[in-house]
Amino acid sequence: MKFQEKLLDSFIAFEQDIDLLNPIHTDRKDALKRFEKQGFPSKKDESWKYTSLKSIIQKNYSLSSKSDKSVELRDVKKYFLNDLDSFKIVFVDGIYSPFLSKTTHDGMDICVLSAALSKDKYKSTLKKYFNQIVPKDESLASLNTSYTKEGAYIYIPKGVCPEDPVQIMHISTGNQESIWLQPRNLIIADKNSKVEIIERHQSLKDHSVVTNSLTEIYAEKNAFIDYYKIQNDLNTSTLIDNTFISQQRDSNVSVHTFSFGGKLTRNNLNFYQKGENIQSTLKGITILESNQHVDHNTLVNHEQPNCESHQDYKGIFSDRSVGVFNGKIMVKKIAQKTNAFQQNNNILIDNNSKVNTKPQLEIFADDVKCSHGCTVGQLDKEALFYLKTRGIPEKEAKALLTYAFANNILESVKTPNLKRRINSLIAKKLGVNLGFDL
Amino acid sequence: MLEINNLHCQIEDKPILKGINLKINKGEIHAIMGPNGSGKSTLANVISGHEDYEVTKGSIYFKDQEINELSPEERAHEGVFLSFQYPVEIPGVTVTNFIKTAINESRKSKGQEEMPSSEMLKKIREKASLLEIDSNFLSRSLNQGFSGGEKKRNEIFQMAMMEPELAVLDETDSGLDIDALKIVANGVIKCSNENNSVLVITHYQRLLDYIVPDFVHIVMDGKVVMSGDKDLAKKIEEIGYDWLKKDNS
Repeated sequence: MKFQEKLLDSFIAFEQDIDLLNPIHTDRKDALKRFEKQGFPSKKDESWKYTSLKSIIQKNYSLSSKSDKSVELRDVKKYFLNDLDSFKIVFVDGIYSPFLSKTTHDGMDICVLSAALSKDKYKSTLKKYFNQIVPKDESLASLNTSYTKEGAYIYIPKGVCPEDPVQIMHISTGNQESIWLQPRNLIIADKNSKVEIIERHQSLKDHSVVTNSLTEIYAEKNAFIDYYKIQNDLNTSTLIDNTFISQQRDSNVSVHTFSFGGKLTRNNLNFYQKGENIQSTLKGITILESNQHVDHNTLVNHEQPNCESHQDYKGIFSDRSVGVFNGKIMVKKIAQKTNAFQQNNNILIDNNSKVNTKPQLEIFADDVKCSHGCTVGQLDKEALFYLKTRGIPEKEAKALLTYAFANNILESVKTPNLKRRINSLIAKKLGVNLGFDL
Repeated sequence: MLEINNLHCQIEDKPILKGINLKINKGEIHAIMGPNGSGKSTLANVISGHEDYEVTKGSIYFKDQEINELSPEERAHEGVFLSFQYPVEIPGVTVTNFIKTAINESRKSKGQEEMPSSEMLKKIREKASLLEIDSNFLSRSLNQGFSGGEKKRNEIFQMAMMEPELAVLDETDSGLDIDALKIVANGVIKCSNENNSVLVITHYQRLLDYIVPDFVHIVMDGKVVMSGDKDLAKKIEEIGYDWLKKDNS
């Protein structure tokens, strides 16, 4: 049986486990119908031209975790930022781990979607936000919606600003040889609130895990959200990350994506600007090697006047790795005085790596400032010579130049702890120990 | 210290150096002057091991060892330093971290331990004050947003830190105002002693008023056409190179 059929057939079994009377079940059923019609994307789809899921969906995966083996804190501690006291929502093979998590309902909700779905008091919030900005024509989003069951649920009320970042961690144990996970996250920052979120998907050992994750993020008026994605998984993991962000007036949302690992990663990142004076920031550093593949597929939808968007993605590719950047900026007719900036710079370390970069601008307003640029190049030889004349060996010199190339992306990372972590991940990825934190 | 014999080199099949001979002894300061395109900077790059330049003939000996085949970093570890005409910007890496890396990589290559932090800091402070560099400067990203003078001062600061046996200064004076020039020149003088050597490459005699050379060599069309003492530099400043061209032909 093809895996796609298995997904369709297994829905009945899935229904045994959930509350069919919950209003969102209609969303699930509609989404499944859409997925049945749409199927998995193929290379014929324009936005999947350079990324193929073919070999992935030919395999078979279990859809739920059978393991009851708990994960010890010491096995996963290193994946968290070291301030252990902050809020954490941790899933192990798709199942919420209260033991590893630290959640709250005190003054804000940092908990799990299954809890929110099961309680009456969340009904109106779910009705207002759940599945409201998920594009109907994206089959993987439909697939995720149809199997909505578990994920992070974060609601930051008006004026509340938690001090520490909230960490969302999806752990895959490898207790099953192959598993298909579909976390569904809902994040709402109400008026004048501010929150920082760090998200990570992590396998504990080599195994075939595919995560088709979907996150809806709502920034109400004047809300501030900084979202950081750390993609540094093992080389046997596949991640399809669908993140959809809706912003109301005066809000400011940034998403930083650090892609250093995984076999195949696809980031579908969409911003929808629903009011005036909005700031949207999309930044990324991608450092790949050994056949890794990362596809950044972004959309910024300027639907209202006087808003800004700023995109800056840096990529460094070696050893048969492949990068894709497909950045679309839509400026509606009403969205005058839009200021949209997009940049994608890439370095190919050797001859057998590849980058496909494609900016797409669709502008219907006549008084806007939109700029975009993409480059594909190599490390500057003169710069390399400079470092070598200082006694710095080739490998370390290349690492320093690579770091310098990507560095401006890190300037906007506000949490010092996180910045240090990213720096050390970069140093590790580049295989150097320079004797200081980059 | 440095002995160059009949050195020929080319870049992309274009010959640039056509038989350079040069001998620099311990404790000497040599200057190389010459018109644009004569091969001065090429010589500096070849001494440091730039891989774009292909040595087709001749040899370079440093401390009695032929170094033609050594990589730039190996030459640096042996004690060769090149001050760049256009230093490279490295955002995100501070001057301090950069120099620490450079020094410790050199020590590592000799099988030595890393320099203890306290010693490193002391040395940084000492050499920074020599070049009138303040501590804010040391925590800025390497060369990023530096003025021309700051970049050159930073080059000489690195030289002072690394204590090379041979320092090659490629147009260290170009683009400097007189105050910056004095600071840079003073830094070079303070670092030079009977155990090391300096090769100054310049367009202008001005620098040589401060770094007084023992020998001056004129390079034209890839060859040393005349050598002399500091008065030769003065003569060049006054009457240019044309008389040498005639002489040469």
